[in-house]
Amino acid sequence: MPAGGPGSVFSQIAHSATASFSEYLARTAPELLPGARSAALGGLQAPAAGGPGSAVPQVPHATTIVAMAFAGGVLMAGDRRATMGNVIASRHIEKVFPADQYSVLGIAGTAGLALDVTRLFQVELEHYEKIEGTLLSLEGKANRLGAMIQGNLALALQGLAVVPLFAGYDTDRRAGRLFSYDVTGGRYEELEHHSVGSGAFFARGALKKLWKPNLDEDAAVRVAVEALYDAADDDSATGGPDVVRQLWPVVYTVNAAGVRRIPDRELAAAAETVIASRTVAGREA
Amino acid sequence: MTQQFYVSPEQLMKDRADFARKGIARGRSVIVLSCREGIALVAENPSVSLHKVGEIYDRIAFAAVGKYNEFESLRQAGVRYADVRGYSYNRGDVTARGLASVYAQSLGAVFTADTKPFEVELAVVEVGGTPAEDHLYRLTFDGSIADEKGFVVMGGQTESLNEALRRSWQDGMDFPEVIRAAVGALSGDGAGEAGESGARKLGPELLEIAVLDRDPLSSRGSRRAFRRLSAAEVAAVLGTQEE
Repeated sequence: MPAGGPGSVFSQIAHSATASFSEYLARTAPELLPGARSAALGGLQAPAAGGPGSAVPQVPHATTIVAMAFAGGVLMAGDRRATMGNVIASRHIEKVFPADQYSVLGIAGTAGLALDVTRLFQVELEHYEKIEGTLLSLEGKANRLGAMIQGNLALALQGLAVVPLFAGYDTDRRAGRLFSYDVTGGRYEELEHHSVGSGAFFARGALKKLWKPNLDEDAAVRVAVEALYDAADDDSATGGPDVVRQLWPVVYTVNAAGVRRIPDRELAAAAETVIASRTVAGREA
Repeated sequence: MTQQFYVSPEQLMKDRADFARKGIARGRSVIVLSCREGIALVAENPSVSLHKVGEIYDRIAFAAVGKYNEFESLRQAGVRYADVRGYSYNRGDVTARGLASVYAQSLGAVFTADTKPFEVELAVVEVGGTPAEDHLYRLTFDGSIADEKGFVVMGGQTESLNEALRRSWQDGMDFPEVIRAAVGALSGDGAGEAGESGARKLGPELLEIAVLDRDPLSSRGSRRAFRRLSAAEVAAVLGTQEE
């Protein structure tokens, strides 16, 4: 029997010994994959854009995520709102998640699918780590996420898109890095800062003025909170800081020490600073 | 046409069991011990990359002796089983009992039906909220499953190691104490005391040690209890033994 070649013992074993959880699921239990529902939804007649009046049922949409580099790492922040058409579907949804010890993931788009993709991605990274005994490289993680988004393309074309933002600390290069995606799974490395979701344009405008190279962590948190404030100011689908319910954005930082969630009391202070300075300025726009 | 000789089922099973037992006894031992702080997994293993103990899930670990290729494929299958289960239900629904019973069934099926039984012995352990809630399952090559209390010894000279540990192990110990007890048993070959004549010296480079923390969320901010001790940490734990 030849040692290599398709059909040999080696290739059979190598094929079954995948370290990828999503590949394993696709082979053994494809109905569990987030994209598998495209078959169920295949009968839906959807126009090109899933706007109001389309045949795609109204489902919650997650909105704005911002991410930026700071001295020694990267930061990602998301507002707390999910909308369903003109209705607020959730006031305290969380859209930024730690993917593993050294990376975070933020999601915009169809909330249900996005949460499934996130869960699958988290298991994917942990699975690789347990099977192989080492962490996947940051580029490797970014590529796997791209493949998962590509798997959702059929649904995205029906208006159920999921658009993630991925940030992590590259332990080889000793630097934070940032990746954005399109619905086809295209992966683009971003420098400095980036934002996705319905309020992304406004957040991006704010980031252009507020972001500076080598911000420290506290300053970066304040910039993120202010950028989300600006997004919420002009985009009805993005939630601003909610002082009545004490709801603040979800902010994670990643540096050489790993992922850290910024505690609520720091976010409350940052949000109140922004609100106070805007109140003092008393400007209309 | 060749004549098939009659072999009684008793003889067949006995031959297979003897074959597997011989393979397992040749290897070096692995000890799993429950204690106040969690569960410690101590293996004598000169390799730093070919592991004998591994993480399966949040609170579940795996330890094995025998043929590496066989228990490694079982470990990977266990990781897949646990991850699929946790993904399709919930992380809390993955239990060592469920995994151990799947292992027992596959080992049993291979033992009776395949040309060669697996020459492995496994421990599937789950750390609970208190030492009383720890689960230690020992699985042997024929698919037998045993629910052990306190500690599990597998491979090598199990009799003498069990004897040594019965003397030195107590359930109120912390990690450094149980690790020293296990290493003492492994290196003393039953004598228990290091430095005694006939005792081998087991340095950190010959040991593979991992622990399942009882409360990883508050101590490390992670839901994954499994933690491998580095050679430096092992040296620190064993170094105090000399004092």
